[in-house]
Amino acid sequence: MTTLFTILFDGVAYGMLLFVLACGLAVTLGLMNFVNLAHGAFAMAGGYVCAVLVNRSGWPFFASLPLAFVASAGIGAVLERALYRHLYNRSHLDQVLFSVGLVFMSVAAVDYIMGSSRIFIKLPAALEGQVDFFGIGIGRYRLMIIVICGLLTAALQLVLARTRFGSRLRAAVDDPRAAIGLGINVPQVFAFTFAFGCGLAGLGGALSAEILGLDPYFPLKFMIYFLIVVTVGGSSSITGPFLASLLLGIGDVAGKYYVPKLGPFVIYTIMIVILIWRPNGLFGRTAAR
Amino acid sequence: MTAQADVGRQARQHARWHWSEVAFWILALSCAFLFPSRYLIMTDIVRLALFALSLDLILGYAGIVSLGHAAFFGVGAYSAGLLALHGIVTEPVMALVVAGLVATAVGFLTSFLVIRGADLTRLMVTLGIALLLEALAERFSNVTGGTDGLQGIEMQPILGLFAFDMFGKVGFFYCLAVLFLLFLLARRIVHSPFGLSLRAIRNNPLRAAAIGIPVNRRLIAIYTLAACYAGIAGALFTQTTALASLDVFSFERSADLMLVLVIGGTGYLYGGLIGAVVFRMLQEVFSTITPQYWQFWIGLVLVVIVLVGRARMHRWALWAPNLIIRQLGGRKAIVAVPESDAP
Repeated sequence: MTTLFTILFDGVAYGMLLFVLACGLAVTLGLMNFVNLAHGAFAMAGGYVCAVLVNRSGWPFFASLPLAFVASAGIGAVLERALYRHLYNRSHLDQVLFSVGLVFMSVAAVDYIMGSSRIFIKLPAALEGQVDFFGIGIGRYRLMIIVICGLLTAALQLVLARTRFGSRLRAAVDDPRAAIGLGINVPQVFAFTFAFGCGLAGLGGALSAEILGLDPYFPLKFMIYFLIVVTVGGSSSITGPFLASLLLGIGDVAGKYYVPKLGPFVIYTIMIVILIWRPNGLFGRTAAR
Repeated sequence: MTAQADVGRQARQHARWHWSEVAFWILALSCAFLFPSRYLIMTDIVRLALFALSLDLILGYAGIVSLGHAAFFGVGAYSAGLLALHGIVTEPVMALVVAGLVATAVGFLTSFLVIRGADLTRLMVTLGIALLLEALAERFSNVTGGTDGLQGIEMQPILGLFAFDMFGKVGFFYCLAVLFLLFLLARRIVHSPFGLSLRAIRNNPLRAAAIGIPVNRRLIAIYTLAACYAGIAGALFTQTTALASLDVFSFERSADLMLVLVIGGTGYLYGGLIGAVVFRMLQEVFSTITPQYWQFWIGLVLVVIVLVGRARMHRWALWAPNLIIRQLGGRKAIVAVPESDAP
């Protein structure tokens, strides 16, 4: 019973992390219909920024997290303005080629600058070890992840549903032409959303260094996980990818615990089956364009 | 003249061998005698060319974007390796055929998954299949050797006559012969009515269905054929390197393959062959500059190609040859890359 709870807890933490990492992709891929395979590169950038700040400059961990967000968002904004926006109307093949090129470049560049070995971020003592909760050992770090990611998710949902920007974004995605007609600056909305998504990925990358491991091959290794979250979750709302990440997280942790020999086999099979069964995702509907 | 006869005449005219094609193959063959010390890399180019040809069949002619074409390459590679290792089929040509058939079977089974859904779903499903096979190969390490790969593969002489030598001379001619034969077959297929119907599907599936083309059946057929080609390319890989490891399934292999095809241009069969030559040359140049980080430059090439635009890039590349042809023959430009896989 205790192991079951521990697995569930670890799975939820893992899933939350995946959601923060992938929810930017849910917007670009699901809503803007842009196949951005390079999303993991932004997460990696955030992770490395945090690692450098904490390990080399001696910044406290919690102060580095916002900076990881800012750095990734900045890179995202620059790239979006300089490169990505020219490709919104191109074929999927072009988008795939472009983003794969970016992934290769980021992998080699990080390898060159930071070396190819796995990097660890020094954690404050308060986050190490476990707390005892009714006889169940709960990792403090994972607890923090759940709290941060949970708050972020709630905030995102609130922003999307309640604020002016949220309704602009939803309008721009539903029908860009009509939105432009109403005076919404659609390219600006997309650019801002893209940058914000990249920033979230950067934050996720910084948080995930402890759990997923951070090395230059991060964008390639976890690309498929991000894609699974988005394609399985669908793109009609933020809830779909959220539930998908939780499912994926719990499934992956449970799979590794109970049937370690099968490895990632289970996840891939489930993804293919779901895609065949419902090409628009479990909670999805057809993309607007 | 009726429209039907007109189309037939056009297609036949298009299918006729052009002198530049003959020149291309003579050049390819003469490379063997021009660079006798470079057999290994030339073998590599020929294998890659065959692999790219197989992707061109589905991408350039049927418009299926695949991110996991290495799946069939890997199936072919492991089949050939296992056949040779356990002495089931020792003769390389027969083993090649068997490995091709195994890949064909896998391609046929997975084609039903791929033809469903739009571009995005296809990307994911093809990628998922390749990853799935990689995970399987890792899981059944008692059969595949796991991360160490298949080791100790010994190849018998081809047709019992030509033994593989150390310098790769026999291997090169063997690969070139296989490539040429399969190229002839592919050329025949894409210029047949079947091939024409594929192009119709690529340009507009809905309209193709409306004029009575069985879209799904055609896609399944070409996907299966492409899987067979990729399997044979993989088998050639194992036979000429006596090695099969997990990286035959890797995502990088599929991604590199797309780059090869994009460099060469899609939809005229020679794209993969030319692209393979250019890609390997680039790789050589980059790895002499920075041995460890050549991937960065490959990535940069991809990004630049996409930003410049594939069609425009091919126009630039063909500017000089066309100028020469115009000056010499006094004709209008005749070398052109049909670039129409973009919607």
